[in-house]
Amino acid sequence: MPLSLAIVVVALPLLMFLFLGLVGVKMGRKITGVIGVIAMLVDTVLAYGVALTYFFGSGEGQMVDGVRQAVVVANPAWLSFTDTLVVRMGVLVDPIAAMMLVVITTVSLMVHLYSLGYMSDHDGNAEKGFQRYYAFLALFTFSMLGLVVATNIFQIFIFFEMVGLSSYLLIGFYYSTPAANHANKKAFIVTRLADLFFLLGIMILSYYTGTFDFDKLVFGPTMSGSLETAQSAISTAGGATFMGCSVMAWALTFIFIGGAGKSAMYPLHIWLPDAMEGPTPVSALIHAATMVVAGVFLVARLFPLYVLVQGAMNIILVVGAFTAFYAAAIACTQSDIKRALAFSTISQIAFMMTSLAVSSNNNALIEIHEGQGLGYMASMFHLFTHAMFKALLFLCAGAIIHAVHSNENSKMHGLHKFMPITSICFLIGCLAIAGIPPFAGFWSKDEILVAAYHRGLGWGLWMSMVACMTAFYMFRIYYLIFFWKKHEVHDEHHAPKDQVWTMTLPLIILAVISCVAGFVPFHNMVTWDGHHLHTAIDWTVAGSSVAVALVGIGLATVMYYKENPLPERMANAMRGLWTASYKRFYMDELYQFITHKVIFQTLCVPIAWFDRHIIDGFFNLLADTTNSVSYGIRRLQSGSIQAYVFIYLLGALLLAAITAVCVMLF
Amino acid sequence: MDLTLFMYLIPSLIMFGCGVYGFITRKNMIAIMISLELMLNSVDINFVVFNRYLFPGQLEGMFFSLFAIAIAAAETALAIAIIINVFRIAKNVDIKQITKLKF
Repeated sequence: MPLSLAIVVVALPLLMFLFLGLVGVKMGRKITGVIGVIAMLVDTVLAYGVALTYFFGSGEGQMVDGVRQAVVVANPAWLSFTDTLVVRMGVLVDPIAAMMLVVITTVSLMVHLYSLGYMSDHDGNAEKGFQRYYAFLALFTFSMLGLVVATNIFQIFIFFEMVGLSSYLLIGFYYSTPAANHANKKAFIVTRLADLFFLLGIMILSYYTGTFDFDKLVFGPTMSGSLETAQSAISTAGGATFMGCSVMAWALTFIFIGGAGKSAMYPLHIWLPDAMEGPTPVSALIHAATMVVAGVFLVARLFPLYVLVQGAMNIILVVGAFTAFYAAAIACTQSDIKRALAFSTISQIAFMMTSLAVSSNNNALIEIHEGQGLGYMASMFHLFTHAMFKALLFLCAGAIIHAVHSNENSKMHGLHKFMPITSICFLIGCLAIAGIPPFAGFWSKDEILVAAYHRGLGWGLWMSMVACMTAFYMFRIYYLIFFWKKHEVHDEHHAPKDQVWTMTLPLIILAVISCVAGFVPFHNMVTWDGHHLHTAIDWTVAGSSVAVALVGIGLATVMYYKENPLPERMANAMRGLWTASYKRFYMDELYQFITHKVIFQTLCVPIAWFDRHIIDGFFNLLADTTNSVSYGIRRLQSGSIQAYVFIYLLGALLLAAITAVCVMLF
Repeated sequence: MDLTLFMYLIPSLIMFGCGVYGFITRKNMIAIMISLELMLNSVDINFVVFNRYLFPGQLEGMFFSLFAIAIAAAETALAIAIIINVFRIAKNVDIKQITKLKF
């Protein structure tokens, strides 16, 4: 299969968006969904074909001397401002892009299929806005695919905005509920703020390097650019400094801020929990598996540049490590299962960021070769496995919510008997995220921990602690949903049960993937420099990570398997801490305070006063003066010709008199 | 005694002044129109006189005053027609009384 099919993979969802969006309302609701699913299936098959061809096929120059190359399939100019300033729209296939094609299409297909059931009531009647929903899903899929195959940083930026837009549209799908409206505005504004920094970073980077294109910007064996080019770019920029840091460090930090906004890194994470107001399949697709890893993808794409700028890497490391812990601490107390999963997502994405950041060391410029890329590989591996099992967890949560009509775990409890398939799938997802072998999460998280221990013992221990918390909060959610106490059924007819096959089948498929995804030979496929990475399981790290996961699971089992007063007692013993965690450490309140009390009060109110009273006042003054003068002289416009003639005569005589006087005097 | 330019212009000026005065002060529309005619005629006199004294041997001024007389006749006919119609509606030709079209 030729790699140029990647163009079709990207374009097909766009066509579906236009088709479903324009023609959808004319067709029935169900048929729109079915067409969407079939198109997505075709797209998925094509994407798998492209990825398999890229990784295992021969020819087309993707392997040179055993080093995997990036292949630019198409790269037409889109906007040419000058000879040098050209914005291109292209399709680039390299290891991470090929991997992302697989991730996005798989999860998107599952979500498309699942939504057939989820977006219908229990009698199978599709909801209002079904066509709109599928059109937006297609738009999102297109934007995300366009993002990962981008050939230049400006294209990434454009698609960054487009995924933000589709996220906004889908969070606000139930636009009649105020909560959804607040949530989508919040998501849009926060990510826009971050994207402002991203744009600044792009400008600085492109100004000093003179290009947008990755193959010139990013050196390394996978790209045609050379190390010398990159180093010269860095050193050109290195000469200029701003506030004590090199320009390149500023640019890369700004770009990271853009990525952090999308990837919900602290302190820009506040939009993600609120984004759970959207339909659950949307949360699974956008806010768990694909869009939120765009930031990680961005850093991974520019990884060879980040390697050269240690300062930016350290910022990522600190932000990532802190966010991982912070989000995990919040996830331990949330009662809304979707929000708990959202914080889990934040924590796991922070794992990926940390992993990217630990994979470089200070003398990167001197020795750039094997051994350093472990964190990078681990990060991409975790991105891949996490997308699968987190989508699984979200879709399970969706099935439960669809069955009990509530997000609160107090309305669930003891569902295991009623929804056995969902329960088992959720358990597989929990085992995978907790890092129990042989499930997917074990392999990727283990690599991350190995990379973290390479960087330093402290980082390794910190991430191990977060891994333990991950196991604890995931099993807390699991037990509170499926066990804890007997589920009270008020009405036999409406007892919760496993949902229709369109919803159950994706769960089973994703559960199977979560079981086997760990065996994908990532170290041979996705490395930052295209070389094979020789890794072996480090059994001390692997053993300890399994041990901490088991500790977390054991703790959760003791506390939450059967109804008992222990959790309540612990919460009471640490009331302040528990409340702080439940209230998400008051970050939302802090933002509210900063924006409303500080920024609005001290900055916006005076500016608004100035605008209203000085700027508007000046123009009001002009208008009022004109008005009153006109009102005063309106009597002159009497309509009496005789009066006009009289005044005209006086004027003429006056002029004559003046002329006469002037003539006489001079 | 030769007739000088001023001997023509002074009656013309008096006629014009009377016309302006009448136009401004009279209330009767017919009277206003007569005042208007006075002004026009004084201007005609000026045309002819200036032509006679300043450009002897040429006829532009003469023709111009002929045109003015013709147009004045047409205008008078029109004005009379309007005044008659106004009178039919308002039973009046007093310009102060005819305020029907005012805002």
